[in-house]
Amino acid sequence: MDAALIPEGAKRCSFPKFMLGIAIVGAVLLWGVYAMLLCWFKGLNQTNMNDYYGFALWIWADLAVIAVGGGAFFTGLLKYIFKIDELKNIINFAVIIGFICYSSALLILAIDIGQPLRGWFIFWHANVHSMLTEVAFCLSCYFAVLTIEFIPNILENRQLNKVPFFHHLAHNMHGTMAIFAATGAFLSFFHQGSLGGVAGVLYGRPFAVREGLLIWPWTFFLFTWSAAAFGPCFTLLVTRITEAVTGKKLVKDNVIHLLAKISGWMIFTYIIAKIIDTIYWANVTVPGLGYELSHFYTGNSLYGYWILVTEIIICGVIPGLLLINKSTRENPNLRLLAIILGVIGVCLNRWVMVLQVMAVPVMSFDTWALYIPSWQEVATTILPVAYGIILIAVTYRYLPVFPQELELNQSKAQES
Amino acid sequence: MIQDKKAHKFGMVIDLDKCTGCGSCTVSCMAENNIPFKEDESDKKDSLTWMRVYKLTNGKPFPETQTAYLPRPCQHCGGKGDHGHSPCVSVCPATATDYGYDTGIVSQIYTRCFGCRYCMAACPYHARYFNWWDPVWPEGMEKYLSPNVSPRMRGVVEKCSFCYHRYQLAREQAYFDETDEIPEDAYQTACTTACPAGAIIFGDLNNPSHKIHQIVKPDPHPDPLNHDVVGKSRNPKVFRLLERLGTNPKVYYMSEREWVRKLGDSYLEGEWDKVKNHHGAASHD
Repeated sequence: MDAALIPEGAKRCSFPKFMLGIAIVGAVLLWGVYAMLLCWFKGLNQTNMNDYYGFALWIWADLAVIAVGGGAFFTGLLKYIFKIDELKNIINFAVIIGFICYSSALLILAIDIGQPLRGWFIFWHANVHSMLTEVAFCLSCYFAVLTIEFIPNILENRQLNKVPFFHHLAHNMHGTMAIFAATGAFLSFFHQGSLGGVAGVLYGRPFAVREGLLIWPWTFFLFTWSAAAFGPCFTLLVTRITEAVTGKKLVKDNVIHLLAKISGWMIFTYIIAKIIDTIYWANVTVPGLGYELSHFYTGNSLYGYWILVTEIIICGVIPGLLLINKSTRENPNLRLLAIILGVIGVCLNRWVMVLQVMAVPVMSFDTWALYIPSWQEVATTILPVAYGIILIAVTYRYLPVFPQELELNQSKAQES
Repeated sequence: MIQDKKAHKFGMVIDLDKCTGCGSCTVSCMAENNIPFKEDESDKKDSLTWMRVYKLTNGKPFPETQTAYLPRPCQHCGGKGDHGHSPCVSVCPATATDYGYDTGIVSQIYTRCFGCRYCMAACPYHARYFNWWDPVWPEGMEKYLSPNVSPRMRGVVEKCSFCYHRYQLAREQAYFDETDEIPEDAYQTACTTACPAGAIIFGDLNNPSHKIHQIVKPDPHPDPLNHDVVGKSRNPKVFRLLERLGTNPKVYYMSEREWVRKLGDSYLEGEWDKVKNHHGAASHD
């Protein structure tokens, strides 16, 4: 039915089967849209946020999707600026994942603010001292860059590419992509960093506050570093899931191994920096403000030392080591374990830097505040996941996302 | 227009030994500032209480148990070094909260706030409140709203303004009277006037003739132990909340009881005894 739109020579499932899958995920998406409309029309009383938890599940989701979406800017940087040519075989997918993550982040922000119609005030009445202002500007600009990076891939659709203008536009855009990749890397450095700065500048919150360099707290650099380190892990994870769902090998092993190796070294160096930061914070910053480390990890039913160990050791040191070691990196199961741990680790870090910051009592007579999100918050957080699955399904079906797909599946195609 | 010759620095000192926890300050604040309320106010984490009263205890078992009540308005922080970069002001992305260098008051521009709540995350005192619901009053009660204070809409943050509208009225009166000075009693917050025990004293910390200045005796120099701290009280009975963080609040608290003063900040073991007699630069003279 839609064969004319499918890339030449590529095998795809039947249209009814495809639509059935879209319909199932679409139902979840509609559930999220319903919750989103409730939040917009009835207000944020639909959530379980409160005056202790002004930042909650959504801000975590926002930070998490931006962190894992970091694969787009970092892979682009490696491909176009550092000229690591093998990565051309995964860059399209990295850009699509980045596009999904960043559009989701903007959507979540639009739901999260109390007065969505005033969202533009952040640009109009911008406070240059606020990290959130920097986030808003860089995030919007980078989303525009991602859209530009995504367009050539869309124009390579079999039918669109028949139009000479689109064909040449796509070709020329590919030629100038290095400029956009450099712009994207520059913007990402600042917005990933300023998202880290959002927590690090909170000098009224001893759990979040960090010293730093000039106006940038150390969390600024740690967030950029971790996004560059764990973002490729997410790209690899989604590639693996896509391969599992489609039943096809889509990217050659040498490309996967290369990206995994780069990610491994980035994780390993990041986690050393993170450990140094944690030790300094625990031994200098926190005692200087009159708190003991135990203040932040005891006296409540959720946030214990386990979270620190899980984030840094289990989901930081271990995936780093697994990915820098050749034999473990090239073992599919251990590599998968490492990238899953890595993705969990960076998401856990963002959770800690948002939710735990809100939970810890600061005044000596205050108490821990724990929170469970409402279904509306959960549904609107799942909404971008459903949207991402649909967009990946549609782009995979109709666009030549994986340049090595035909070569890798030629024998299969011939057999069938 | 009155041209103030010297910047004011309005502040408050609350005598915790006089406070009975009656809640008059809270009630008067809500009435004065058109603060809406919910049908069920049992969940205090999402109700609007610009002036919230905390109950403190010394943690000792009966019969040594002692309690104190601590009213907590917005602390109107001056920020690190008292330069006006309050925790909340510095983070607001849309400049919807502002530091008044002429008054020391941290204001909130409701019509500019778009409800990102970053200021709430930044405030360690939980002094900022979000309007989770539309403001609704029982039928007929809206007629008793103050015409001097704009009600806030759903989706924006609000907080104690030190009854700024009263300051504006006092300035208008001074203009009418053709005087340069605003008398101490011409600008008093609603909570101050409502407190039956007279526990709240409000005035200009920069004005030596004001009672608050005489009680607090603010140290104009940075604290030698922590250069971010400015305006530390030289009165051994007076303290501020979370002074060590460098937020530099303009709300001071006073108590004869050492355990109450100790609760103002967090201290490592043995630290309190070393710093309890430190009262700013003067204690090093």
